[in-house]
Amino acid sequence: MLAVDLPYWAQSLLRVLGGTVAVLLPAGTIVYLFLFKMMSFMQSRLGPMEAGPYGSMQLFAEVGKWLQKEDLAPDGADKRIYRMAPLVVLVSTFLLVAVVPFGPDAYFTNFDAGVFYMLAVSSISTLGILMAGWSSANKYSLLGGLRAAGQLIAYELPMVLAVLGVVIQAGTMNLQQIVVKQNSDSIFGWDGLGNPYILTQFIGFAIFMIAVQAELTQTPFDMPIAESELVSGYMTEYSGFRFLIFFIAEFATAGVFSLIASVLFLGGWGVPFSWFGWDAATGSVDNWMNVAGPIIMITKMMVLSGIIMWVRFSYPRFREDQLQRFAWKVLIPVSLLNIMLTAILKVAF
Amino acid sequence: MTDLADRQKLSYIAAQAADARLNVELETEGMTLNIGPQHPATHGTLRIIVRLDGEQVVWAEPSAGYMHRGYEKLTEVRTFPQVTALVNRIDWLGSFANEVPFILAAEKLMEIEAPPRAQWIRTILFELSRIANVGLFLGDLGVQLGAVTPVFMAFRDREHVLNLIEGATGGRFHPNFDRIGGLKDDLPAGWIAETKQVMKKLRNFCTEMEDLLFGNEIFQSRLRGIGVIPAEVAKQYGLSGANLRASGVDWDLRRDQSLPLAYDKVDWKVWTHPDGDSFARCWIRLQETRESTLIVDQLLDTMPSGPIMAKVPRIIKVPEGEAWVSTENPLGEMGYYVVSKGDLGPFRVKIRSASFNNISIVPWVLRGVYVPDVISILASLYFILGDIDR
Amino acid sequence: MAAPKKPQVPGLLKGLGVTLNTMAQTLKPRKLGGGSATVQYPHEKETPPLRARGVIALREDNCTSCMLCARSCPDWCIYIEGHKELAPPRRAGGAPRKVNKLDRFDIDYALCMYCGICVEVCPFDALFWSPEYEYSEPKIADLLHDKTKLGEWMETVPEAPALEAGAEKKKGK
Ligand code: SF4
Ligand code: SF4
Repeated sequence: MLAVDLPYWAQSLLRVLGGTVAVLLPAGTIVYLFLFKMMSFMQSRLGPMEAGPYGSMQLFAEVGKWLQKEDLAPDGADKRIYRMAPLVVLVSTFLLVAVVPFGPDAYFTNFDAGVFYMLAVSSISTLGILMAGWSSANKYSLLGGLRAAGQLIAYELPMVLAVLGVVIQAGTMNLQQIVVKQNSDSIFGWDGLGNPYILTQFIGFAIFMIAVQAELTQTPFDMPIAESELVSGYMTEYSGFRFLIFFIAEFATAGVFSLIASVLFLGGWGVPFSWFGWDAATGSVDNWMNVAGPIIMITKMMVLSGIIMWVRFSYPRFREDQLQRFAWKVLIPVSLLNIMLTAILKVAF
Repeated sequence: MTDLADRQKLSYIAAQAADARLNVELETEGMTLNIGPQHPATHGTLRIIVRLDGEQVVWAEPSAGYMHRGYEKLTEVRTFPQVTALVNRIDWLGSFANEVPFILAAEKLMEIEAPPRAQWIRTILFELSRIANVGLFLGDLGVQLGAVTPVFMAFRDREHVLNLIEGATGGRFHPNFDRIGGLKDDLPAGWIAETKQVMKKLRNFCTEMEDLLFGNEIFQSRLRGIGVIPAEVAKQYGLSGANLRASGVDWDLRRDQSLPLAYDKVDWKVWTHPDGDSFARCWIRLQETRESTLIVDQLLDTMPSGPIMAKVPRIIKVPEGEAWVSTENPLGEMGYYVVSKGDLGPFRVKIRSASFNNISIVPWVLRGVYVPDVISILASLYFILGDIDR
Repeated sequence: MAAPKKPQVPGLLKGLGVTLNTMAQTLKPRKLGGGSATVQYPHEKETPPLRARGVIALREDNCTSCMLCARSCPDWCIYIEGHKELAPPRRAGGAPRKVNKLDRFDIDYALCMYCGICVEVCPFDALFWSPEYEYSEPKIADLLHDKTKLGEWMETVPEAPALEAGAEKKKGK
């Protein structure tokens, strides 16, 4: 439905560029807005103020600094793996963003097993972290990497189960259709708001956000990094641009997970279709949504990642066993219950 | 024939060896981890050697001395006023409190007593340095447990206290304000009013910490029941200060000792906690910080007027003798055993600093805990490197 | 148990409230009593208290090179050299006076620990504390300041502050 028909290569190029922007832009904004500014304000200081107006160019200064630094590898490290690890983590982020729909046509790929793909791909970063921890030849890194692996696997499960509720309710695994469903459905016949699943799947949403917090290894789930215990966990030995890649990946993934959460629970790019009289079945969504959609998405992402960061700056961290206990004894049973309830209600109505 | 027997024998040995190897492998080999001397959790250069089985500590030993500065030796070649300038670097966060016991010991030898106004101001500054010290601990505790924000709040409010100390003494960190026989100077005008304001801010800070940290369920689950030190063990290892009071021992030198300080003139409470775990230690410190602000407030209201210096000769020679004075410093009991031979300087000074004894319990209390708890226990024991290594 | 009662609001939410409050406080304009706790140093400066021990200033005319300060410095970072000179007599017809002339008076601020003993022991009111603090140097050796530099700092020495009520009258500086 694009106004101009682009050749395949141009479309692909656009999508690759768009994907890069969709990863780097949120990462940059999150770092500046939340890590530099919001955190500082919460600690009654102003944060970086010198680089650019109100410190807005600070990020570029930091990137410049990291690029200048020497790319060190410890003597005993397994060099190839050590060098690859950050890239693996970053790749997972890029793969994740590929399924996120930004508008009726503004998506990178659109396929039916989107949710499935997303959950699968998000685990790749675990591999990268484990590689980093293992190959660093540093005990702290090793502990960090092992902790990360344990934690990420433990929290993958509640995440999957939380998403299942949405899938059951929507009846599809296609992220695009999940968005359309949310915006075209009605709540007991009233369609003024559509039916964002945060209302019906609130438990799922809460569990998903907690699991995301854990997947991102943000406080209170940041034992893999745990700077007061493990120095910097699996990142201890990294410097220069490889550290930068870890850093970007961390915040880009935060952005992408927020995007996914807003797709699954907050109605994604859409506005309730009834406002403009669109019809989901025929797909008669106006073309300007391809522009407005991404903006809506980014706004929702900012709100969600704001919450992620807010929690991060306010809480102390769990201990490893407490975290596991929390995942297995609280989150998983609750999310199983949630699925059962959803299924029963789905059949009942 | 022999061939066969040999081969049998060999295969038997090989099987035995394989069995043995298996046994060894099952019993996973431990890992020795050096926490420190350069580690974010050691506030300086304390090294703790732990042997781990997985993430569990089977054996731990602190190894101090990376920052030894030889204060006891330095004091032997310094005059009494010079020693005062040196010793307030021992526990660098509560520096004024380091001067007091030394000066009191010297005064005891000279058999003089500071005038009441000096005693009042001494006590106020003593408590202010306790607030500055322990207030920072409360924030730092957050960092050790992974919360980044509390420490900035602690720095923010400690700044007010340091400004007060600087306003009165001229030195933010190292006042060197105490003199044998009194104080260097009287308070500048407006100081009392300002102090009252700041004390209000600090009580507010304590409430904030209560909400942000102590009330937080994650925080509690990290600290409750962790690193329990029973009263008996605490006494055996010579713990003092909040660490001892958290084990339920009601012992506070400020109350239990009659020194020329103004503690008996105010109405205050010694906090104790029966649990003896990490949470109790931190909680006690929080309460004590608040209590200190109340002590300061009361002292400011009842400050007597008069001179701040007793009659002392211009060149101070301390008569021959030996004296031991210890006070309840922010970290625990700190004392000086001063031996004088009638010279300008002391002949020998033995310094008992609280942190050295407080970390001596580390091997006992760390046995069997997990690595994350190592950090939280160390944080809750609260030591300052300068106070360990002197 | 002496532990605090379970709070009504879950502690997790309270913590979020504290950080949010602080953020609001920081974002509130300075005029309304808000603002950050920090100052943007090179652009705005805090004034240290009058008693602050920033740097030691020397009034050269008062110094008799008696060496008392150099001797009582705990880390011996004051370097004094002087010689005796004949000065014209005070009253006409009197004998010429012998005065001590200061050749060198250096303080090594890289060593100085700002204890204030030298200022205190000086019997002739030649040393003073100034709250001036902006004299850092890129090279540590440049922190050795001579008497001209120390003399310049005399201008920044404030009047001794008034004392709190109830204090006895002070003698001297
Ligand atoms: S302040 Fe102390 S260390 Fe510095 S020059 Fe004076 S006496 Fe020496
Ligand atoms: S004590 Fe005073 S007069 Fe004597 S040398 Fe030092 S500055 Fe000069």
